[in-house]
Amino acid sequence: MPRFQARVLVRLRPSVLDPAGEAARGAAERLGVEGLSKLRIGKAVEMELEAPDEAEARRRVELLSDRLLANPVIEDWTLELQQS
Amino acid sequence: MSIGVIVFPGSNCDRDVQWATEGCLGMSTRRVWHEETDLTGFDAIVLPGGFSYGDYLRCGAIARFAPALQSLIDFAAKGGRVLGICNGFQVLTELGLLPGALTRNRDLHFICEDAHLKVVSQRTAWMQGYSDGALTLPIAHGEGRYQCSDETLKQLQDEDAIALSYGNNPNGSVSDIAGITNASGSVLGLMPHPERACDPATGGTDGRRMLEALLG
Repeated sequence: MPRFQARVLVRLRPSVLDPAGEAARGAAERLGVEGLSKLRIGKAVEMELEAPDEAEARRRVELLSDRLLANPVIEDWTLELQQS
Repeated sequence: MSIGVIVFPGSNCDRDVQWATEGCLGMSTRRVWHEETDLTGFDAIVLPGGFSYGDYLRCGAIARFAPALQSLIDFAAKGGRVLGICNGFQVLTELGLLPGALTRNRDLHFICEDAHLKVVSQRTAWMQGYSDGALTLPIAHGEGRYQCSDETLKQLQDEDAIALSYGNNPNGSVSDIAGITNASGSVLGLMPHPERACDPATGGTDGRRMLEALLG
């Protein structure tokens, strides 16, 4: 059975305030890093799975992303998938 | 007539709810482990506060898949009363029984204080006891900022489903929202803790009328 590596990036939707990102941006300024106009924090979820083919692997990870890893009310996600 | 309180790993207000509903108000109450699936015999279900499954991934995201909550969907569909308090509110939004989501407080602080609340809609049984339109309940949360799309907010307003709002909006919630119901009014989710305001010795009694509505 082919093996796949998947990485899902979960991000707050642009319209949703990210206070943790704002706090980190404030700390970056105190560190002396200038010119940082945006800092938003998301999650990276790394997975390995076995599936008959890439289409099926994609279907499974997309289902997982939609139903568990991200909440579509407040978050978007993107998927990177490759065969091991 | 009896009330079920769903207990998840990480729930920490389940006993407080039972103390309030049974100890203070004399209503028969049983705690229900999240792996149970049989909710028959209950007239109302409470999802208590706490940190179900450690709040891993997102608050309420994993609790949503608990066996008891698959039964809760049927329970709610038949019109059974469901009350989600704090983490329970977060679970209800993840489960889809209420719209929107709860996110990190605007100022990042865990807020633990008395909240002065306004009754926005008195149409449901939960709020009918508050004829003066105001009450004070404790809040204790780090992720209570209610968030929803403009369309959902309009829908809540059109359905008269905003139950409670904050006087000073401590967490940055959309439209000052502290609690909402579904369209029929059978399901209420709120961040404040009515079970912590049921005895004059421990911070007032403004929560009693809301809890009495579980079986009212």
